[in-house]
Amino acid sequence: MSRTYVGMPAFPRAAAVSAGDTTLRANLRTATHTIRAKRAEAVAELDDWDRLRAAGAAVKDRTLRHLDHYLLQLEENVTRAGGTVHWAADAAEANRIVTGLVQATGESEVVKVKSMVTQEIGLNDALERAGIRAYETDLAELIVQLGDDLPSHILVPAIHRGRSEIRDIFREHMADWGRPAPEGLTDRPADLAEAARLHLREKFLRAKVAVSGANFMVAETGTLVVVESEGNGRMCLTLPDTLISVVGIEKTVPTWRDLEIYLQLLPRSSTAERMNPYTSTWTGTTADDGPRAFHLVLLDNGRTDTLADQVGRQALRCIRCSACLNVCPVYERAGGHAYGSPYPGPIGAILTPQLRGLTSPLEESLPFASSLCGACYEVCPVAIDIPDVLVHLRERVVQGGETTIRGTRTVIKPAKGHTMERAMMRTTGWVLDHPAALRRGQRLAARARRALPRRLPGPGRAWSDTRDLPEVPPESFRDWWERTRGGDA
Amino acid sequence: MSVSFTVASRCGRMKRQMIIGREGMSDVMRVGLFVTCVNDTLYPRTGRAVVSLLERLGVEVDFPAAQSCCGQPLSNTGYRHRAEALMLRYAAAFQGHEYVVTPSASCAAMVREGYPRIAARAAVEGRSRAEVERLSKAAARVVTRTYELTEFLVDVLGVTDVGAYFPHTVTYHPTCHGLRMLGLGDRPRRLLEHVRGLELRELAGAEECCGFGGTFAVKNPAVSAAMGADKTRAIRKTGARAVCAVDNSCLMHIGGTLSREGSGVRPVHIAEILAGTEGRVL
Repeated sequence: MSRTYVGMPAFPRAAAVSAGDTTLRANLRTATHTIRAKRAEAVAELDDWDRLRAAGAAVKDRTLRHLDHYLLQLEENVTRAGGTVHWAADAAEANRIVTGLVQATGESEVVKVKSMVTQEIGLNDALERAGIRAYETDLAELIVQLGDDLPSHILVPAIHRGRSEIRDIFREHMADWGRPAPEGLTDRPADLAEAARLHLREKFLRAKVAVSGANFMVAETGTLVVVESEGNGRMCLTLPDTLISVVGIEKTVPTWRDLEIYLQLLPRSSTAERMNPYTSTWTGTTADDGPRAFHLVLLDNGRTDTLADQVGRQALRCIRCSACLNVCPVYERAGGHAYGSPYPGPIGAILTPQLRGLTSPLEESLPFASSLCGACYEVCPVAIDIPDVLVHLRERVVQGGETTIRGTRTVIKPAKGHTMERAMMRTTGWVLDHPAALRRGQRLAARARRALPRRLPGPGRAWSDTRDLPEVPPESFRDWWERTRGGDA
Repeated sequence: MSVSFTVASRCGRMKRQMIIGREGMSDVMRVGLFVTCVNDTLYPRTGRAVVSLLERLGVEVDFPAAQSCCGQPLSNTGYRHRAEALMLRYAAAFQGHEYVVTPSASCAAMVREGYPRIAARAAVEGRSRAEVERLSKAAARVVTRTYELTEFLVDVLGVTDVGAYFPHTVTYHPTCHGLRMLGLGDRPRRLLEHVRGLELRELAGAEECCGFGGTFAVKNPAVSAAMGADKTRAIRKTGARAVCAVDNSCLMHIGGTLSREGSGVRPVHIAEILAGTEGRVL
């Protein structure tokens, strides 16, 4: 059984550990800054980027507004093309469906195309419990799987690993999963890629069942689209007899014309390429070519609940490019694992608490995992105002309020541990709304200024462990104004 | 609403106001100073610098005592409803002012982006029509009149050389809300470039957040400190004697970190640099 995200600590605690890991921080800094700069160049090449971005947001919003219509249209067209559509309300149901479908083929192993949604539902573990081995075929996902690890980035799941670590993982663990690493494997990128190629080739040629996700589903024709760089996806989508695709319902676009927008936005935002190397599209099954059986599992798992939130629903526009991760100063220091979900970074901080609900201290801590610097919003190719959604979710955490859980409108209580903060905010709010009280406080502080410490005890240490407090001035601005300008005010 | 739309409409508004502003300048221009709660309490020197700078440029400054805080610390931590009273207070305090000038990009952004949002959210929540109207009117009244200091200087007064003197090496940290919410662009730099005696040193990774983020600084102290340490390393590398910004809250974090590191680099608000003259260096 591989590691899971269940029971992970709240963000501040996990992030404090990773922020102290200097090697990790240096690796992440180099990786994210490199891709950040390349993305900026790739985006600057298009003079209509702003319009593409606006179109990307608008088409997704419109599709989400009429999702009921487009999903039925999609189902009809997939079915007409020879595929079978299954509906899964949550992770357990999706896992049950996929396990059943694999068991029906009589096979005990599957090859996998890199897919976020199967990470989200923990499919590999569910299959393993049923005695089915799932082989990840994306290079970075392979590294994560062999290392009994968790992904830490949407696009580059093994971004936290250096190449010598990867060599060691290959040497130690490839044999457990199939063809061992070649003798004397070095940490040269070309050698590592060749080792993975040899290891995976065997699986591609043997596998009878493949599991994928999809980047997009085109409702008008029932076509699924996978965008990738390595070609492993193309192998999985074409060689096996049975193909099972698990896709979140928000991946729907109405027409091929709409697709055109995203096929420009996605590669430039994610890998900083004008076009990604492999774009595979398939519609049901085709006689004498590719898989004989195709199953589409449409997954909700918190998406319709998210859609019910007028502010939070924009998170469903996300096309998983990871541009927001690559510019995020918090992600850069905290690393992906601290977010406790396959969706790390700014998008994870708004997606995880919505998909899962505010169900544990981890989800409750995620909306606060941001300095609200706004870099994520600036680069988002579908203009998700992540800082706005973060603040909105903070409200839900500290005050509770109306939300939707499994289709039912519910009022939730404020999260635990905010009682003192609420009292402080009430006092602060009152003082600030009573300038005379504010002035009394300022004068009190000014009189005691010599006695005030530069370091604070107790909870104040969160500030003063690393930062000196500012000196309190002998006179506030308002007192200076009154003393010198009196009568004016 | 797209970003480009917001920016475009703002530019249009600014141009219109510049023309109105110039026409109205036959006498003396009067502005309301929103000093902000942080400056009022901890950095009165910055407020005094704004007064002295604006008066030197022939602008009459008024300080309505009813003002307090824009409400951002409350609303960004999840207490939006508590910020409503402060928004109404702000609108009432500056009711009679054609221009409100503030030495904080973050507070200006709160007024311009945050206030309309507060009103919109109240409407969505199904609050009474009278309440929603009161909030929307308050927001609408102040959104177009509120200017961050460097914006006011460059766009409304049309000056980049304010006749300042500051004989030191300085590096400039563009704060996030100034950079990404207000779109201040190169306005602060243009003002600094005209300061006599000042040598501007380039800051590597200038557009990266310093790690303050209001309550983020204490809710995620480890990450905030790590961001702060990277920022101060870049600042120290410039060899500048002072680091300047358009926001004292960011400078409180940067300065607190520098001081703990035992560095002699001084945090200075841009207003204090622009207020200095050969006769009177602050």
